[in-house]
Amino acid sequence: MENEKNHIIPYKTFLYVLAGLIALTLTSVTLTQISLGAMTVTIALIIAAVKSSFVLSIFMHLKFENKMFSRAVIGVILLLSAVIAITLLDYLNR
Amino acid sequence: MSRENNTVEPSYLDYKGKYKGIFSWILSTDHKRIAILYLFSLLAFFATGATLGLLMKLELIAPGKTIMTAQTYNAFFTLHGIIMIFAVVIPGLPAVFGNFLLPIMIGAKDVAFPRLNLLSWYFYVAGVTLVLISQFTGQGPPDTGWTFYAPYSFRTTGNMLPAVFGAFVLGFSSILTGLNFLVTIHRMRAPGMTWLKMPLFPWTLYATGWVQLLATPIIGITLLMIIAERTLHIGFFDPTLGGDPLLYQHLFWTYSHPAVYIMILPAMGAISEIIPTFCHKTIFGYKFIVASSIAIAFVGYFIWGHHMFTSGMSGTALYTFSLLTFLVAIPSAIKVFNWIATMYKGSIDLQTPFYWALGFLFVFMIGGFTGLILGSLATDIHLHNTHFVVSHFHFIVFGGTGFAFFGAMHYWYPKITGKMYDTRWANTGLIIFFAGFITLYGEMIFLGMKGMPRRYYDYDEVFHTGNIFSSLGAIVMYFGLAVIIINLIASLRNGAKAPSDPWGGKTLEWTIPSPPPVENFDEIPVITKGPYNYK
Amino acid sequence: MNTILVTHRDDLASKTGMWLFLFTEMLLFGGLFIVYSVYRYRNPIAFHQAAHELSIIIGTINTIILLISSTTIAMSITAIQKKNKKLALLLLGTTILLGLAFLVNKYFEWGEHFKEHIYPGSAVLASRGHGDVLFYGLYFFMTGLHALHIIIGLIFILVVAVSIFREKINPENYVLLENSGLYWHLVDLIWIFLFPLFYLIT
Repeated sequence: MENEKNHIIPYKTFLYVLAGLIALTLTSVTLTQISLGAMTVTIALIIAAVKSSFVLSIFMHLKFENKMFSRAVIGVILLLSAVIAITLLDYLNR
Repeated sequence: MSRENNTVEPSYLDYKGKYKGIFSWILSTDHKRIAILYLFSLLAFFATGATLGLLMKLELIAPGKTIMTAQTYNAFFTLHGIIMIFAVVIPGLPAVFGNFLLPIMIGAKDVAFPRLNLLSWYFYVAGVTLVLISQFTGQGPPDTGWTFYAPYSFRTTGNMLPAVFGAFVLGFSSILTGLNFLVTIHRMRAPGMTWLKMPLFPWTLYATGWVQLLATPIIGITLLMIIAERTLHIGFFDPTLGGDPLLYQHLFWTYSHPAVYIMILPAMGAISEIIPTFCHKTIFGYKFIVASSIAIAFVGYFIWGHHMFTSGMSGTALYTFSLLTFLVAIPSAIKVFNWIATMYKGSIDLQTPFYWALGFLFVFMIGGFTGLILGSLATDIHLHNTHFVVSHFHFIVFGGTGFAFFGAMHYWYPKITGKMYDTRWANTGLIIFFAGFITLYGEMIFLGMKGMPRRYYDYDEVFHTGNIFSSLGAIVMYFGLAVIIINLIASLRNGAKAPSDPWGGKTLEWTIPSPPPVENFDEIPVITKGPYNYK
Repeated sequence: MNTILVTHRDDLASKTGMWLFLFTEMLLFGGLFIVYSVYRYRNPIAFHQAAHELSIIIGTINTIILLISSTTIAMSITAIQKKNKKLALLLLGTTILLGLAFLVNKYFEWGEHFKEHIYPGSAVLASRGHGDVLFYGLYFFMTGLHALHIIIGLIFILVVAVSIFREKINPENYVLLENSGLYWHLVDLIWIFLFPLFYLIT
């Protein structure tokens, strides 16, 4: 079976992404030092989600692979969220 | 490959590889030989589990102590559960028939990762060995039941660690099999075999693969938490340390409910193969059967809470889980209707596998109906801790998966061994088995409704008559099983040579010789038509 | 007897297999995230205060270390695609060193907790109440399991580096390198979530 030609990502792209990831990390840390009350965790998790989408799409090549992979990843994330939500359905209503 | 007798490709049974004797089996990466390895180890574990079950029923033949103490009874139902669930019904159809037939049915020469496939058999054997070790070492065998419920699983003095770790290893084996099948189906279908030209057994293995892959890790981590709890006193589920034992149940059933679909989906797949073959008629509603397999796998992931109706969940969770449980009955019913519609106006050939399929439909429906009763909140509260649940469970898992397993065994036996079995003995065994099965588990439904609690070695005198029936049923069933298995083994020696297509099946496995050659196909077939193409 | 059966090579299949395996890893940690969310919901104040005792500085440094190591292994794929074996090995070496640095930091971090008698099963921890017991139980278990994955990842990368050195992995056949990269990125991804959940909920 032939192996289709692979996309070559330039070194620069990785360095840009790294800079972005570090910036996001530092933002996240700084924001938690300022008291944002209940929002702190939400913001930290949103930033984490943005960071992971970078890692998934660029570092893990999802952006350049067969669409099947990204769909499966999204599916798994949704599944896990659904399981957490259903479990919390019990705890939030006790 | 140069051989003296070059005209005919040797069958996988005769092929001489690098290794000799037993090593040509336990070091083989041929999916067919691995399937046989699974088959024999699985039959050995099944015999162990069935014997434990029989001994338990003998204990219950009279109230009070009959042949064993309460503690032995606890150890027996624990071991019976662990072996039967993790080592027999979960790997059952996928690991034996899936391994043997999946590549052949999709027109491939092997699975995607043959060495990984062999590795998963080693994990399987290692896992069971650990479970068995737990019986004979430490301070007495585990006595928690196969569910390892917290906090008992880290308080009991029973030897839990090897058993829990064994279950973890078995889970790993199951994940690897599922992963292998998923990649195989994605990448190795024969040219022209589009998704909707794939036979239904591979389709159910595909749905099962996803469940194995996405549900098993949850129990993996849960079992690791139990181990950490016992060794490091972390306090995940220990109420004295702030943990919540109910959370253990949530996690445990998040896997163990989908696990029921790991057991039943491939069983439904095997039935979907048997019925069109013996009706000589295209399966009715192919697309609906495919869609319902996927739907079962999907919805099945979100209904774990119905195992916990009496555990003290919140009201909202109770209603939600009850509703979702009813939903999962719909795709299961769609399948049953499709199978029956397939028989309508078919030219039915009454052979042993078809009898098994009919038996499957009957007991599976009883299992399904009792399931609906248990899915309703109010009735479940009365029935949950009684033999009604035990009966429901055995109707689904033994009745469903077990019947399909033996059906598949009789259906593909000529293909796997190259021999025909003795039909008369096979049918006799089936009748004895069926009579025993119905007496054993049918009676348990009524015992449960009257309120006989499960998990006790003793019971009130009122239940005595019912239990005598039930236990006699167990003896008959055990005898029937012996007839079936002895007949299959004896036919290995005495059976007539099997043609390549003894039943007139239309899927790819019937186009190659029995037993199949090492490489399955001389030439990879090109598929142009759907799988059940009867004119 | 497998030699005749496995003759073709299918990179997409190996990559699919790796991704499927990563899904199981995601759900393995997913189970722990379920436990975390439940106990955090039930003990918000204790989790909040216990998180204060973790060193944000070490946590941040470790996050950045992992991010850089992820970048270097990603770049090594580009290097091998461009037939630059030396650079690929150099980048993988950097990844391994950074992974070790992460573990060393972790060692000192855990060491501090142990000095203060904060570890699962300790009497000091037990005296501080249920919330703290659960927080630290989860902290040690989740970061411990993560560290175990770091170690496995390092061994995997080491094997890959040796194969590159021996040219078993080469510009024509480097799917194993990609797979080790995928594994390492997953370890990074998990840390991206562990970091805010334990260090930043103050």
